[in-house]
Amino acid sequence: MIINHPLLGPRDASEFTYLGDASLINRPDWQAEDAADAFYEYGYLRDNPAGEHQELWYHEAGDRSWLVVTRDTTTHEISKVELARDVARARGRSK
Amino acid sequence: MRYSGFRVIKEALTGHKGWKPVWRDPEPKAHYDIIVIGGGGHGLATAHYLSKVYGHRNVAVVEKGWIGGGNVGRNTTIVRSNYMLDGNEPFYEFSMKLWEGLEQDLNYNAMMSQRGILNLFHTDGQRDAYTRRGNAMILHGADAELLDADQVRKEHPYLNFDDARFPIKGGLAQRRGGTARHDAVAWGFARSADSHGVDIIQNCEVTGLRIENGKCLGVETSKGFIGANKVGCAVAGNSGRVMNMAGMRLPIESHVLQAFVSEGLKPVLPSVITYGAGHFYVSQSDKGGLVFGGDIDGYNTYAQRGNLPVVEDVCEGGVSLMPMIGRARLLRMWGGVMDMSMDGSPIIDRTPVEGLYFNGGWCYGGFKATPASGYCFAHLLAKDEPHSTATAYRFDRFRTGRMIDEKGVGNQPNLH
Repeated sequence: MIINHPLLGPRDASEFTYLGDASLINRPDWQAEDAADAFYEYGYLRDNPAGEHQELWYHEAGDRSWLVVTRDTTTHEISKVELARDVARARGRSK
Repeated sequence: MRYSGFRVIKEALTGHKGWKPVWRDPEPKAHYDIIVIGGGGHGLATAHYLSKVYGHRNVAVVEKGWIGGGNVGRNTTIVRSNYMLDGNEPFYEFSMKLWEGLEQDLNYNAMMSQRGILNLFHTDGQRDAYTRRGNAMILHGADAELLDADQVRKEHPYLNFDDARFPIKGGLAQRRGGTARHDAVAWGFARSADSHGVDIIQNCEVTGLRIENGKCLGVETSKGFIGANKVGCAVAGNSGRVMNMAGMRLPIESHVLQAFVSEGLKPVLPSVITYGAGHFYVSQSDKGGLVFGGDIDGYNTYAQRGNLPVVEDVCEGGVSLMPMIGRARLLRMWGGVMDMSMDGSPIIDRTPVEGLYFNGGWCYGGFKATPASGYCFAHLLAKDEPHSTATAYRFDRFRTGRMIDEKGVGNQPNLH
């Protein structure tokens, strides 16, 4: 697979390590009433879709940026690559 | 129709006209006591034990494609019970014992070969860890034998003992481990289940689960609705897709594991061997091909094919362990999709939906578990309580912190 890095251009996927579903960006509020349940779901449960999947890749052998890659899990086709920083800010994190 | 040496001779003398298909091809009935989704090794084993041990004959196995066409036909056929943790080892040793009697139980030649498995170690720390694991195995009634480098050299003189980075210091052997012919395992279970009255319905895709008031009433399929008192899901690899029909999210990601086979060679490997410094395991099939594999590709996928970096990694591991295979040509490679669970261990449990049961999360160790998985799932379906060797394989272990993490890497499925 080739991941089209937003800053560096097309890079081989072997330069990256994989973390998992990009929902891991949405860390729950530890002070919420339902924090225990929310962290259980956050830590352990996954949608695991067959089809389009947003996921976190880390450019370990490159510029060490975190990316959110939108990829089809049935074909490996990559339709979108964004900096995880931008995605996280758009979701209201790290303001 | 029983198989025997006498039968083979008789058929040979009469032109082999007496062999018949060994399972029927029935149309689904309107209702069954129990439906098992998934005609792979685990689903067929479940049907076998349900009908033979637990006396349930009004059972159907519903399979999307053809039986044995999924992961039971895609693995590297290794059978072993060399686990360490309390939640795992009794279960896998139970499975090992079932393997040892399987061919008699099924009256089917599964080509079970107890040629042994050898896990190599390369450091003092690894030796300590393997000693501990071997002791845990012995305490649970399995067999384990720690070999030093000279003993390993005697049995496997071709290994790369004096490698500068990863010298071989010895190995942990399980002599009762080995290999079995995976297709024959699926066919043997299917034949036995069919002979006990189980309907095996192929080319019948489950498209939905009919759930009303929190109770599962049956399955919607490409051949129409089929009702059932209980539905068991044994579709590891695609568990996420099927359980999504019940609105469940699972502690599972689907990943692809590649496997490889070389051209046929003269007998060179007397047992299954695993490399301790890289991820590489290998055995030699009866046809002579070296059957081997390594790491999963490491990203979510439902595609039954992997990518080249892992091919390179696996082959590097193989050649660094046994340089003699460097000139062997690769004949075939393929991929299988697996349930990678959050702690590397499986789940055999009820679900929040009444009448819906789940068997999955086998990571890349499902084949060796086939008989015990079927036995324990049949027990759960028949008695509504877990089998004594599978009490730890619960859904709620993630919520309660009772994870069975052999590798100790936490909730990161692609590291197990």
